[in-house]
Amino acid sequence: MVGIVTYGSYIPLYRIKTAEIARIWGDDPEHPEKGLGIKSKSVPAYDEDAATIAVEALRNALRRKNIPGEKIGAIFVGSESHPYAVKPTASLIAEVVGAYKAHAADLEFACKAGTAAMQNVYAMVKAGMVDYGVAIGTDTSQGQPGDALDYSASAGGTAYIIGKDEVIAEINHTVSFVTDTPDFWRREGQRYPSHGGRFTGEPAYFKHIITAAKMLMEKASTEPKDYNYVIFHQPNGKFPLRVGKRLGFTKEQIQQGLLTPYIGNTYSGATPTGLSAVLDVAKPGDRILAVSFGSGAGSDAFDITVTDEIEKLDRDAAPKVWDQINRAKYIDYAQYLKFRRMIVEVD
Amino acid sequence: MVVPRFWRERRSRYSLIGTKCPVCGTVYFPPRSVCPKCGRKSVGKMEEVQLSGKGKVYSYTIVHQNVIGYKYQKPYVMAIIETPEGPKLTGQIVDVEPEKVHIGMPVHAVFRRIAEDGKAGIIQYGYKFVPDEE
Repeated sequence: MVGIVTYGSYIPLYRIKTAEIARIWGDDPEHPEKGLGIKSKSVPAYDEDAATIAVEALRNALRRKNIPGEKIGAIFVGSESHPYAVKPTASLIAEVVGAYKAHAADLEFACKAGTAAMQNVYAMVKAGMVDYGVAIGTDTSQGQPGDALDYSASAGGTAYIIGKDEVIAEINHTVSFVTDTPDFWRREGQRYPSHGGRFTGEPAYFKHIITAAKMLMEKASTEPKDYNYVIFHQPNGKFPLRVGKRLGFTKEQIQQGLLTPYIGNTYSGATPTGLSAVLDVAKPGDRILAVSFGSGAGSDAFDITVTDEIEKLDRDAAPKVWDQINRAKYIDYAQYLKFRRMIVEVD
Repeated sequence: MVVPRFWRERRSRYSLIGTKCPVCGTVYFPPRSVCPKCGRKSVGKMEEVQLSGKGKVYSYTIVHQNVIGYKYQKPYVMAIIETPEGPKLTGQIVDVEPEKVHIGMPVHAVFRRIAEDGKAGIIQYGYKFVPDEE
């Protein structure tokens, strides 16, 4: 059996309300909540980045179950905001946990690099190359001030340790679907990404998620009613509900893992953190479907069954996702600009 | 900033690795290769020990006149943290309103950016502290 052995998430303390962002940019303050389904988003502190979030998430996973560094054979870190353009985040993670013999690499695939990391580690464990591997999705995503992404681009991350012993959630199947669809991109040297506006919807998000979810359910011989929980990538609060409805899932199946209305889009952290929120409450036998989406564009889908081992995992040893969401300190737009290093200084 | 100097200290800065004297049991942070109390008896015998990251505020100050690189964080709190293992660590307390910090406040270590060598240089990571959940 190959699957999740332990997991942990980290969401920064700071939040900005989307109505505050709308106030600055002259939009209707109710627009972000009504139009995008986002009330607030998480903001990294001045001294936080994708690497510090990755470390905190992994430490939370290790608080629940300690896996010694020498047993960790693989480390993949998925992010589109790695602190360095050249110099891996994964080597920092290896140093922090003392996993000096790990196969370590950084991944980037817009919002799906975290689930791509999970698939890589899953494959290496299944192939017998490693006993345990770390997969992290983490981001401090960038949105250009005044752009639609300013309302959603946020920060957070989740770490999974995948192995074959004492598995709390078995990964039964995983599939991917990918096409060259340029719905969102950031060119080398550019500070902020660009996007295709509404083009990010139908031919990108919906097409890839629906195709991957259907491929997975066909492979697993399942249908929507077989799942207790479903997590879809969540660039806003509305798309996951809409794609769920089109696939035949109910709001109740989606709710526990739908975090964007409160913390925004954590990009590579989004689907992994939604899954983490589900694992916080899951019971043995629960079946979970998780489908990510990364612009550019592709989706990774996972069919997961929670095992009896979850009762033995000390889930209270680290803060749960919804507890972290509810622990929030609100800041205004000026503080947000300062935290995100967006103030242009004139000396 | 000299890259090798920071590189040499990375394990203690990232993971709070100190040393313990096997003769008298005293824990040191930053790590020492010789116990000043036991001298020659401890040479070559010092053991690595990882601090738990837990602690209490022993003393603190609120910095309003920042050092270079900390302008965006002022006012910020610098504190001496007393650890249950023994050593007292100097570190910043973050994610807190400075006026809420008090002596005896329970805190724990978190992983943060400490400094960076301009826009093109290396980023130094290490420990800071946040208040424990109430």
